[in-house]
Amino acid sequence: MSNKVIAGVPVQVNAEGFMTNPAEWTKDVAIEIAREEGLPELTDAHWKVIDFCRSTSEDGKSPTLRTITNGTGLTTKELFALFPKGPAKKVAKIAGLGKPEGCV
Amino acid sequence: MTNENRHIAFICSKGNLDMAYPALVMGWAALGNGIDVTLFFTFWGMDLIRKTRVDHLEIAPVANTSMKMSMMGIDTGNLGIPNVMGVLPGMTAFATNLMNDKMKKLGVPPVREYLQMLSDGGAKMFACKMSVDMFDLKESDFIEGVGGIVTAGDFMDMTEGAQIIFI
Repeated sequence: MSNKVIAGVPVQVNAEGFMTNPAEWTKDVAIEIAREEGLPELTDAHWKVIDFCRSTSEDGKSPTLRTITNGTGLTTKELFALFPKGPAKKVAKIAGLGKPEGCV
Repeated sequence: MTNENRHIAFICSKGNLDMAYPALVMGWAALGNGIDVTLFFTFWGMDLIRKTRVDHLEIAPVANTSMKMSMMGIDTGNLGIPNVMGVLPGMTAFATNLMNDKMKKLGVPPVREYLQMLSDGGAKMFACKMSVDMFDLKESDFIEGVGGIVTAGDFMDMTEGAQIIFI
């Protein structure tokens, strides 16, 4: 666990860089983390995923990819296109949540 | 190695329902974590990608020492399903239904849908040339998403530097 300042906001992150307190998250934090993850711009579709994850998250963990596609109506292809190279981790990081705990 | 993305290749050689899932679950997890995935289907494993077989994978209780009576909801501890019972007509269908129901309750998709997810997520899938010839199959016998029929040598070329898991 360590402290980090993201978009001017002091937040706590674990060893893998995931935020540990979802309450510290703001939209500006999400935009800044997204940039670090190689996403220069967050579109409405990105926000749809992020909002879904934050509103359905239990215990501060991100939902699984299948939960996201089922819940948002996005296809797997669309989700992988929005968050390329590892959507499970990327979505969780940007949404200020922990890694998903399920397998699908 | 530093600039190369991590790559995991699964060799799927079994066509039983229970042996279909390991590559699907791990492959999906790998894609979610940004790891490249290749799936190579050989011998019985080709049942996973055959149009006529993928929805009919089964698990047989005969000679499966891990399958216990207690899995059917009868509190019998370590008592196994006697092989002589396993050979009765309908026992394989019964065990298959039991596993499919459990998977459904856990929110695990059926094999066909799982493969579609993997393909949509960017996994590459290939059938083994020698097995295809042996079973008299052709490319049109396989589900969408299978990228072609390749030789063992092709597989070696496309998995250079990858971690390989044989199932």
